[in-house]
Amino acid sequence: MTLVVDLQLIRGAFALEAAFTAGRGLTALFGRSGSGKTTVIDLVAGLVRPDHGIITLGDETLLDTGRLIAIPAHRRRIATVFQQPRLLPHLTVRQNLGYGRWFAKARPETTGLTEDGIVDLLGIGHLLSRSPAGLSGGEGQRVAIGRALLSRPRLLLMDEPLAALDEARKAEILSCIERLRDAAGIPILYVSHAVAEVARLAATVVVLEAGRVAAMGPTDAILRRADLVPVHDAEAGALLDMVVEAHDEELGLTRLTGRIGRLAVPRLSQDVGAEVRIRVPARDVLVALRAPVGLSARNLICGRLLGVSPAGEASMLAEIDCNGVLLAARLTRASVRDLGLEPGQPVFAIIKSVAFDPQGVGTGRLAAVEI
Amino acid sequence: MATAVTAWLGLMPDEVTAIWLSIKVASVATLASLGPGLGIAYLLARKRFPGRALLDGLVYLPLILPPVVTGYLLLLAFGRRGPIGSVLAEFGIVLSFRWTGAALACAIMGFPLMVRAMRLSIEAVDRRLEQAAATLGARPLAVFLTVTLPLSLPGILAGAVLAFAKAMGEFGATITFVSNIPGETQTLPSAIYTLTQVPGGEAGALRLTLISVVIALAAVLASEILARRLAHRIAGDR
Repeated sequence: MTLVVDLQLIRGAFALEAAFTAGRGLTALFGRSGSGKTTVIDLVAGLVRPDHGIITLGDETLLDTGRLIAIPAHRRRIATVFQQPRLLPHLTVRQNLGYGRWFAKARPETTGLTEDGIVDLLGIGHLLSRSPAGLSGGEGQRVAIGRALLSRPRLLLMDEPLAALDEARKAEILSCIERLRDAAGIPILYVSHAVAEVARLAATVVVLEAGRVAAMGPTDAILRRADLVPVHDAEAGALLDMVVEAHDEELGLTRLTGRIGRLAVPRLSQDVGAEVRIRVPARDVLVALRAPVGLSARNLICGRLLGVSPAGEASMLAEIDCNGVLLAARLTRASVRDLGLEPGQPVFAIIKSVAFDPQGVGTGRLAAVEI
Repeated sequence: MATAVTAWLGLMPDEVTAIWLSIKVASVATLASLGPGLGIAYLLARKRFPGRALLDGLVYLPLILPPVVTGYLLLLAFGRRGPIGSVLAEFGIVLSFRWTGAALACAIMGFPLMVRAMRLSIEAVDRRLEQAAATLGARPLAVFLTVTLPLSLPGILAGAVLAFAKAMGEFGATITFVSNIPGETQTLPSAIYTLTQVPGGEAGALRLTLISVVIALAAVLASEILARRLAHRIAGDR
């Protein structure tokens, strides 16, 4: 089931002109606040009408202003998880979950999950008889996700579901969304302005900037691009798929192995053998021409310099091919000149082991990208 | 029990009739205007359509017009020769000088109060909840019945109580439209008015005034208790 979107909308000074495709797995709609992400969600959900546009889901046209087709929100079979849980306050948690299911009775199953499976996946079994007013933000959001899944949607929209939560709750919901992405067989369109979330969850990224699609592609390729990422409150970086090889309890380290070789990172909670996805920010990668000695950094990887491109006033971004895996390193213009870096040159990439952000560790591999 | 109370208060049969008639008229007026009131309140709160300002003005008109004017307009329209009254008479429905006419007058006079309370409470319902319900597959009618209506119920109840209280006290429009016929259209206010116009009627007027106060207080208290229970249910602290 693929979502194809081509929308134009003008509201005052804001103009949206966005065309993109979202296929299997989780697609992140990534951009600063005010870039039109939430508007796109409202348009796809059917809560707002565009001036012009086409939306198709699978082989069904949900909206075509040219042909005067506009399926209303309640018949789109697209569920939405909003920034706030939006649970119905006069119903219990169980009744809220039942609300999603009640209207979907006649619809075919889409997620491949049973009701008990959804309740277990989200860990909300103990909340069923509670009232939404008594739930914490994280609990409310998990119930909202369950309610959305029980409405048997063909597509799940998530509009910054972590926005209203503190860090601890964010981690709790992130792992829920991760399990859900792997367990439910429906595409997810996920709005975010946080690099860590996108890096951890998404297979594909659509970068939205001032109402326009600035870039679209596989997550690792997009996040390595300095021209796209620095504007979003964080750094460019590489995404690596690794497997947990061993834990060193004494030193508090976890050894990961992958195509790039071996890496040591601070102790992870995942079991040995688990597949993890880690983000290596470009600012935490150093480049050396010869293997350095007497260095405190734990991870030394040899590779070949692919190219250097400008990234901002004084810095440049070097792309390094390490056994087929791409790393990005942020260097000053001065060091690029002093080192005399040339494409094709063999180099060493040094990653500080402390550079790994536990929040940015995701489980599961980068899903196959269809676009 | 009713007879014991009337005996204890020393109520005259005419006064008892006026009390029951007032309760009947006010109840019918309130119940009959619930549906249209809710519909118009919803339209005004949630929809944008041509003629909305006109509808808004029309609903509030009885609040601004002198009651006697409203009553006279009703008489002109619903009187036996009036444009609406003559049509209704064909079907054997006569409103002028009947208790049903008193109910119509009370309903119209209470309508602005009812619609205003209902409209405010519907406007206070978070539209984002209604949107969430729609994305879960609820049709607009289902959204109204399962989200908007339950969440605005305290305000709807308050509107109904206001309309009931207004109907219990309505005088000007009622007496102009349906006159002051004992046993048919003589409601509590009309009866009190009549008693104050005859020598020796003060005691009766005072008795009926007390009854009016008690009924009004009981209605407000009952609605307050109900609204509080509903609000608790909505807030979820049971």
